[in-house]
Amino acid sequence: MIEVKNIKKSFDGKVVIEDVSTVMKAGQCNLIIGTSGSGKTVLQKCIVGLFEPDSGEVLYSGNNFTAMKGEEKTEIRKEIGMLFQGSALFDSLNVEDNIMFPLNMFTHNTHKQKLDRVNEVLNRVNLPGVNKKFPAELSGGMKKRVALARAIVLNPKYLFCDEPNSGLDPQTSLVIDKLIKEITIEFNMTTVVNTHDMNSVMEIGDYILYMYQGRKEWEGSKKDIIFSKNQLLNEFIFASEFLQDAKDMRMLEETGKIPNHRNMDLMLDKDTAPLAPPDQGE
Amino acid sequence: MMIKGMFSKPENGKMYWKEFIHQCTEIGFGSLGIVAIISVFIGAVSTIQTAYQLVSPLIPPSTIAQIVRDTVILEFAPTLVCIVLAGVAGSRIASELGNMRVSEQIDALEIMGINTKAYLIMPKIAAALLMIPLLVVIAMALGIWGGRLAGTMSGILSGNIYDKGLLEFFVPYNVFFALTKAYVFSFIISSIPAFYGYYVKGGALEIGRASTKAVVVSCILILFADYILSALLL
Repeated sequence: MIEVKNIKKSFDGKVVIEDVSTVMKAGQCNLIIGTSGSGKTVLQKCIVGLFEPDSGEVLYSGNNFTAMKGEEKTEIRKEIGMLFQGSALFDSLNVEDNIMFPLNMFTHNTHKQKLDRVNEVLNRVNLPGVNKKFPAELSGGMKKRVALARAIVLNPKYLFCDEPNSGLDPQTSLVIDKLIKEITIEFNMTTVVNTHDMNSVMEIGDYILYMYQGRKEWEGSKKDIIFSKNQLLNEFIFASEFLQDAKDMRMLEETGKIPNHRNMDLMLDKDTAPLAPPDQGE
Repeated sequence: MMIKGMFSKPENGKMYWKEFIHQCTEIGFGSLGIVAIISVFIGAVSTIQTAYQLVSPLIPPSTIAQIVRDTVILEFAPTLVCIVLAGVAGSRIASELGNMRVSEQIDALEIMGINTKAYLIMPKIAAALLMIPLLVVIAMALGIWGGRLAGTMSGILSGNIYDKGLLEFFVPYNVFFALTKAYVFSFIISSIPAFYGYYVKGGALEIGRASTKAVVVSCILILFADYILSALLL
């Protein structure tokens, strides 16, 4: 479990994270969502310790990570795996060496044991037989899966994913999402995923934290999110017409009526409606 | 602060050693070719230009070898070779670390619990401190040999006279002075680009800028250190 208490972070006097507190439980996918620039990446980097928060605390299983120094911090970090937005694979190493790197650094296993573990995690991310390929030879989705394999190779207790679906097609995104979800349940990890992909939210989100301009605007489960009355959250999640339709369908199923006629409203607003006919005489 | 952060207990000594050997290969063998070419030609040009200026019949031809030897040992081998190495090895260090920073590879190492300053920068500085003085010694030998080659091929002086001149008025302290310079320059060549690469912010354009800046600053500091060391030690 990860507890975040009153985290504040600013850069050059500009407040980027303002008093964010939350609890992220083990065995579930905890999602941080929000528009670009809402502070979700900074919040995640504060949680993993890549940024030092100005104030507040981050507790890993009750241990105050922000107050730790050197060795203690390193011990916690050995329990953290992270999947970066750009995969962050080491260019000069092949897939096998990339995944074996944490094993080489932190274990005293034999080469055979390490190789077996590499093959095991590669199989787990459905990517067997790519051991000798270099990152430059892999597709975006494969890179993410290799990075995920590297992140879980030491059996971490905490898994962080920064925009795991960025730059991927919807089908590959689904594969990555499912993998993250399965691994989280299988190893009872506390998984924290940064995303602005609503498909991911609906696919894997057990607990969702919505960030808006550096503040925690809303938190809840994926069931709650659909029926939330929070206007800012609704503007974010129903930015897509498709999702609004899905919401309406669901409301129709549950209540027997569609709550509003937003498409008609949109049509009537000629300043904003893309389908509104152009003014005559222009 | 960067240097201070480098000193911590290695997470795994074997991995640090492996990285050190890798850097020795990159900095040492990776620069050997260009160092050899430059050294031979510098020695050759020095012989021809010294002979061109020594027109008095009262000066024995072996003096040419003495001048070439001292010029190569005192200045050309340590300073000129290190300026070239600032371009070759320095830009490589800055761009490698810059690329690692921009593509979040350094963050990935930090998350794993690795002291990135110790793992990425320390082996580079240590490898430079070992390999660059060795390259300077090789440059001295090749520069002097290049001078001999040019002297005999152009008929300025025979090989025997050149060899005799090399042994006349030889001051071993000059070699010590050259190696002292080489150590100081090695530190500049490795630490300055490491600093610019490690702390780069932005994208590919900034990596290029950091690399260029690292080379320019290293070259200026090498020339400045050259003057200070010459004033203090000679």
